[in-house]
Amino acid sequence: MTEPLLSIRHLSKHFPVDTDLLGRTTSVLKAVDDLSLDIYPGETFGLVGESGCGKTTVGKMLVNLYRPTSGEILYGGRDLAKLTTSERRAYHREIQLIFQDPYSSLNPRMTVGDIVSEPIRVNRLLPPDKVDDRVSYLLNCVGLSANCKNRYAHEFSGGQRQRIGIARALAMEPKLIVCDEPVSALDVSIQAQVLNLLSDLSDQFGLTYLFIAHGLNVVKHVSDRVGVMYLGRLVEVAEKRELYRNPVHPYTKALLSAIPVTNPAHRRERILLEGTVASPIDPPPGCRFCSRCYAKPEGAGGCDSEMPELVEVSPGHFVSCHLFAAEEGDQEMRALHEEAR
Amino acid sequence: MAERRHDLAEEPAVKRGEPGVLLEVKGLSTDFVMNRGTVHAAIDVSFSVREGEVLAIVGESGSGKSVTSLSVMRLLQRPGRVIAGEVLFRGRDLLELPEKEMRAIRGDQMSMIFQEPMTSLNPVFTIENQLVESIRTHMKLDRKAAFERAVRMLGLVGIPSPEKRLKDYPHQMSGGMRQRVMTAMALSCRPQLLIADEPTTALDVTIQAQILSLIGHLREKIGMAVLLITHDLGVVAETADRVVVMYCGRVVEEAASEELFDRPLHPYTLGLLRSIPSMEDTEDDEALYMVPGMVPNPLNLPAGCAFEDRCERRGARCTSEVPELYEAKGRKVRCFLYDPAGVEGLCA
Amino acid sequence: MAEPDPLTPPSDSLIADEAMALGEALPVVSALGVDETFYEKADNRWLEMWRSMVANKAALVSMFFIVFLAIVAIVGPYVTPYNPIETNMSNALKAPSAAHWFGTDQLGMDVFSRVVVGTRVSLTVGLLAVSIALTIGIALGAVSGYAGGRTDTIVMRLMDMMLAVPSILLAITLMAALGKGIDKAVVAIGLVSIPEYARLVRGQILSIKQNDYVAAARLAGNSDFRIIFRHVLPVAMSVIIVRATLGISAAILDTAALGFLGMGVQPPQAEWGDMLGRARGFIFQAPHTLLFPGLAITLTVLAFNLVGDGMRDALDPKSRIR
Repeated sequence: MTEPLLSIRHLSKHFPVDTDLLGRTTSVLKAVDDLSLDIYPGETFGLVGESGCGKTTVGKMLVNLYRPTSGEILYGGRDLAKLTTSERRAYHREIQLIFQDPYSSLNPRMTVGDIVSEPIRVNRLLPPDKVDDRVSYLLNCVGLSANCKNRYAHEFSGGQRQRIGIARALAMEPKLIVCDEPVSALDVSIQAQVLNLLSDLSDQFGLTYLFIAHGLNVVKHVSDRVGVMYLGRLVEVAEKRELYRNPVHPYTKALLSAIPVTNPAHRRERILLEGTVASPIDPPPGCRFCSRCYAKPEGAGGCDSEMPELVEVSPGHFVSCHLFAAEEGDQEMRALHEEAR
Repeated sequence: MAERRHDLAEEPAVKRGEPGVLLEVKGLSTDFVMNRGTVHAAIDVSFSVREGEVLAIVGESGSGKSVTSLSVMRLLQRPGRVIAGEVLFRGRDLLELPEKEMRAIRGDQMSMIFQEPMTSLNPVFTIENQLVESIRTHMKLDRKAAFERAVRMLGLVGIPSPEKRLKDYPHQMSGGMRQRVMTAMALSCRPQLLIADEPTTALDVTIQAQILSLIGHLREKIGMAVLLITHDLGVVAETADRVVVMYCGRVVEEAASEELFDRPLHPYTLGLLRSIPSMEDTEDDEALYMVPGMVPNPLNLPAGCAFEDRCERRGARCTSEVPELYEAKGRKVRCFLYDPAGVEGLCA
Repeated sequence: MAEPDPLTPPSDSLIADEAMALGEALPVVSALGVDETFYEKADNRWLEMWRSMVANKAALVSMFFIVFLAIVAIVGPYVTPYNPIETNMSNALKAPSAAHWFGTDQLGMDVFSRVVVGTRVSLTVGLLAVSIALTIGIALGAVSGYAGGRTDTIVMRLMDMMLAVPSILLAITLMAALGKGIDKAVVAIGLVSIPEYARLVRGQILSIKQNDYVAAARLAGNSDFRIIFRHVLPVAMSVIIVRATLGISAAILDTAALGFLGMGVQPPQAEWGDMLGRARGFIFQAPHTLLFPGLAITLTVLAFNLVGDGMRDALDPKSRIR
């Protein structure tokens, strides 16, 4: 197997919520908790989860907008935290972000040309006389004409603004682009245009994507592999087709079943979750999904006291659930799970 | 349960409309007058909601779906103004009622759930204050009975330990909880019609599933009709009986839900359905279908069909003339392809 | 039914990306957000603002008045009918007449000439004091808002302390330390109005900082300095300018107050506040000696306030709906 382009190892991000009189943290929000995953060159990795699950925080840590509390981000085999300043600058160039909100992500006081050329000028990627041609080229790549350059972002619609944001990310000649819900603010008919553009660009420039989304339907179309997050933890990772055919984590199943579909033939039996969502602030020990889980065994077993490990249930398919604990002695649990199925 | 107090049958007002029809909107037009021109946000919109029915209005941003619902509730704010049309609720034109009577109808016979539950609840009062107060004013119950009703409603919308949660302030609840409180508030007076404007857009899919199943459940239980406004075709497919599709302020297609998803007639509806990423288990890697182009500038709508420049099946006629809402096989569609006078002038 | 047009396939049709390639500016309008989208679409914010100002009669008249004041301030001293500092005791406290339009004061100086000359002092002091306050206030506010944390706490507590003392009292204290004179008055007034601007700028920056384009600017490799000056401050500028316009009127009032207390311009130089202060003993004998400088202060302050309000309304989209 090829070397991963990016490896995340035991990554955590905790935000202090409350401090005592002496300024010591008494309460933390565990936005991301002990997350590990690999992203291989050329693939699109879909990261899915509902609001507050920490998926955006992961994206922001990759592009260094947030500093991890602990854990490593290995890019090309080297730990980001241990890079020298100049190496870090190169790293930054190679990982870019596409924002969710096409309205707040473009500076209202700058022309489109300035927005797209800024990364090139600031990093002196090209001699000044070549910049203009490059900007025209990039705008053409995202389906905009070069004469948009002198206009301001507010003159464009949401879909066009998202294209401008993509052109700005491409200006840095990145290898990996973190797409943070790039289409969730757009209309359905425009979503398709932007998704297709992203997949064309990945072929054209050999890009790797980390595609963050809140629903499994968009990710289904663009991803090669998919990871599902719940309250800061990765609960299931698998190759796309495998995940959609054979979801094993109870949360993934509920998430899949909750997607409203237009074709009655593809409707799954809906799993309605009960119970309240656990808070990411000072979360209880044990599985984060425990409070809403419908498949946990009678008496909850270890679910409410022990954090399940991520284990491989079939090649390339990982899940973090006590029903699939690694130990051999857990046959009983598996049997229970089979019943639940 | 208490008798309905507002028996409209006794009202002296002239009764119009067909029997069984709860809400009938006829030729509703709403304009937004601004410095740079006038936006015709809703143009000649007509539809009706029968008793106990779920009618969905679907459209993208700028389609006029929310403006339509606000016009019906008379909650439109400046610079929006209804310039023509009638909104008949049980035969009475709501647009002509005095504000006082309208207020009595809102939140009583008709109630509304908004998209953003946080801004619709008053942050300085507890849930109890707001919910009990609303029940008391609309149902003329005493405090104790109103409290009991509030508890029952919260339980019904699936809020655990409702007595305790009644003491909470809105900010102490999660988005899903607030949306449920809003729903409870909207449903507490047993409305005959619930207008739900993007009731689940701000919510996570798993919570959305809960709220939708709750609305469906209550509809069966108390027989209310629902006017559902949404952009999500999936939600429509799973909840609505009939669907009205809007584009650029006009109704472009109306059909029973199953027929619409089975065989969309208008090219826009078709394009919309095809551009949704499919959940089918296909060996796909081909590109998604795209509706080309984008919504025209509402300040400057084309003279002909608003969808003309994005349409794959447009003809010469489409640029100059706005098609009527033709009746085709018991359905309504605004496209020259279904002009009973023939399809000449169109290149397929 | 009309005869259908001949079958002409729309050959010049635009498919999706071609239409986009034309860069057509077509906003996607959500039903409720209809107005915002249109305000955003203004070709030029300043032009739009100008249009809105012209529509606002009070602001327009005030603007002309300020232009008039500026002209008076520039050419006034060269065209006064009398030497404004020439005393003529035999001609003291004369009521307005054809010879002395605004009458004469207790020293027989021509009030009209003194009011005209005083315009330059008041406007200069107003502008200079606000410039000092703006420069330091923007720097402090920007650093404080952008850096946050301890820097923010220290700077803002300092500003709070300054705000806790009435500004005119603080200015007097400063004058006591610096000494009398109009130049010192400018510095004193400028310094005491720093906190206002620092707080305003900090607040603006805190909210602008939340925008994704600021994060995008960091991803593009900009330095913090460049992000503040290129991505954050320009967006806040309109609000700051409006506040500065209102600030000029406050500075003019403060100058007059210091002058009234005899701490600003030293006689025989003419300054409105100083004229008021010296004439106050004659309020019953010769009310015109107070009336005209007082009127000058009032009208000038009013004009700046109305223009400032007009600009603020012009910048606030909601008020632009007719």
